Amino acid sequence: MEYTILILLLPLLSFLAIGLLGTKLKPCTAGLVGTITLGAVTVLSYFTAFKYFTAPKVDGAWEAFPAYDVTWLNLGEKLHIDLGILLDPISVMMLVVISTVSLMVHIYSMGYMKGERGFQRYYSFLSLFSFSMLGLVLATNIFQMYIFWELVGVSSYLLIGFYYTKPSAVLASKKAFIVTRFADFFFLVGILVLSYFTQTFNFTELMSGDGSIFSSAIGASFMGASALVWAMALIFIGGAGKSAMFPLHIWLPDAMEGPTPVSALIHAATMVVAGVYLVARLFPIYLGYTPEVLAGIGYVGAFTAMFSAIIAITQTDIKRVLAFSTISQIGFMMVALGVSTSMHLNHGDHGGLGYMASMFHLFTHAMFKALLFLCAGSVIHAVHSNYMQDMGGLRKYMPITHITFLIACLAIAGIPPFSGFVSKDEILTAAYGFSTGMGVWMTITAGLTAFYMFRLYYSIFWGKEYKVTNGHTPHESGRWMTFALIFLAAITVVGGFIPFGKFVTADCVPYDIKLDWTIAAISVAVAVVAILLARKLYKKENEKPTELATKISGAYKLSYNKFYIDEVYMFITKKIIFNGISRPFAWFDRHIIDGAINGSASLTAWTSEKIKSFQSGSLQWYAWVFLAGVLLITILAIFV
Amino acid sequence: MGELLINTSGAPAPMLPFLIVSLIMFFAGVYGFFTRKNLILMLVSVELILNAVDLNFAVFNRYLFPGQMEGMFYSLFVIAIAACETAVAIAIIINVYRKFGNVEVDNIQNMKE
Repeated sequence: MEYTILILLLPLLSFLAIGLLGTKLKPCTAGLVGTITLGAVTVLSYFTAFKYFTAPKVDGAWEAFPAYDVTWLNLGEKLHIDLGILLDPISVMMLVVISTVSLMVHIYSMGYMKGERGFQRYYSFLSLFSFSMLGLVLATNIFQMYIFWELVGVSSYLLIGFYYTKPSAVLASKKAFIVTRFADFFFLVGILVLSYFTQTFNFTELMSGDGSIFSSAIGASFMGASALVWAMALIFIGGAGKSAMFPLHIWLPDAMEGPTPVSALIHAATMVVAGVYLVARLFPIYLGYTPEVLAGIGYVGAFTAMFSAIIAITQTDIKRVLAFSTISQIGFMMVALGVSTSMHLNHGDHGGLGYMASMFHLFTHAMFKALLFLCAGSVIHAVHSNYMQDMGGLRKYMPITHITFLIACLAIAGIPPFSGFVSKDEILTAAYGFSTGMGVWMTITAGLTAFYMFRLYYSIFWGKEYKVTNGHTPHESGRWMTFALIFLAAITVVGGFIPFGKFVTADCVPYDIKLDWTIAAISVAVAVVAILLARKLYKKENEKPTELATKISGAYKLSYNKFYIDEVYMFITKKIIFNGISRPFAWFDRHIIDGAINGSASLTAWTSEKIKSFQSGSLQWYAWVFLAGVLLITILAIFV
Repeated sequence: MGELLINTSGAPAPMLPFLIVSLIMFFAGVYGFFTRKNLILMLVSVELILNAVDLNFAVFNRYLFPGQMEGMFYSLFVIAIAACETAVAIAIIINVYRKFGNVEVDNIQNMKE
């Protein structure tokens, strides 16, 4: 399956072509080049998935194999960095997700970004991002993954800062880059520790075998934990940074400064789940050798899920609600991985359910969250505002956006038969299997999810009537945009019926998804109650939400201000790091380092000034000196 | 060294006066070379130094190695070369004069910059 290399090369070429030709292309041409390339990539991805899942299984399991592999750098006897394409169930699944969402975003952007300055630049960056993200999921080794990991980081930075004349966008892109880069530093250290002990970067080599490869890493210990635990924890910090896990989530809400389709693609569907993908990719190591780290991942995910769901309830910027919802849903995926206790899923051993549920939720979430963002973009396009108070009653003006948004809301709330119901139910089942506390916690979070999503839905499409000002009536978006909405909505409707367990499980052995009807009933009941509550509060304009907010104003303020995490960061960076560390360093740099350099320069200048007259150019003076020297030597020769 | 300065070969004149004259000429030349600012006068001073050397050659040859002629020939060489040198120097000085309008060394600073 060597043709899979085209999946990477096509977007790269499209990036280079659009990026280099730039303004020489007509905006429309650039957009079409990007979209058609992505269309080809999508076709190739689907074809790859089809070929992969129709190929015969080995011992009843899907086989993981490198479709393409070249040695790029030799670092020693055993250690080498390869570039290649690894095909296994999760990478093929990610191929489908990324190419589908990316294609939809490309199509949608043709309408959404129309007439924007830098339209060509936008499409070249989108191609760069698609290339990097596909490279990330197809990586055969952890170092290749890291390279593409940084590439998605930089394309995210470029796209968040797309409106580079807007100071808030510039700040947001900087923040996103610095926070994720800070986390990536730990990722790199983790990779280095892991590869130092195991002498390999290769995923296949790491996973296969009897674990003797880790014996030296387990043997070495540092501060009470083995080197392997450190390495895996550090690698997870990298993943947590990209996936916006608490407390590294602060960049994601600000990243909404980018164009909305970018938020849909990068900050909802693909890049932010890279952390989940990373944990899933290294899952056998986490499970087999560092179960304490895996449990930690579960707890971080559970806390983040609840935490950001609470924040999402009070936000008024619709994109920020969706951003916090994304963080919360990624928390669900992390929980699902964290509660897995076994690789296996069949024969009475259901420990591996979480892994399958996590990947399934990743798949369905990518579709319905991208849809939510694209709908939000459509709404913003129509009313020219991000804020809920400027919206209301839009269902009359934008029927398609309304229906597709409702479908996505039902899916994320976990209402059958939409896709989110099935995947979320699997996660909850896995969580209850882990511990009742975890299950209840996640069920409450699911209820909060349903509540804030329907608060959003009712505030946008119902609530107060939209006031038509200056003769501007909101209208349905154009064909490019509605096509993408309808396509994603269709996937959201049928996504739950995909026999996902047949394709993706931890040990690659197909599994039939069985719904646990007790848990399903509980979660649906919780979701319905939450939806009814949101309907009561927000369907008609009334005073109840304001009253409620004043009644619990302390909690409301805490949530509205995102628990002051940003302020804590600002305090730590500005007051502690800048004053305590950076200032002394700056003083040292300015006075000691620069002082030494400046001092040596002025010493040279001073000396030159003093000895300048030696080089007067006056021959007669030279002759005098010469004669004096000769006389001196003569006298010395005679008398000494 | 003392015996070299008195007449040992029976020659009518002693050696020392010649050397004193040569010494005076040499240092007069050196003094002139150091103090004169006019190129022509500096050239004259250099010629004076050369003539002092010529005289030394002749005197030492005559008094120390009377049977040989090398010192004398060296004097002739030096005179010939001094003539050439003068010719070249005069040519340079004429060019300097054409360029700068005078031949004072202190005014000729352009080469330095």
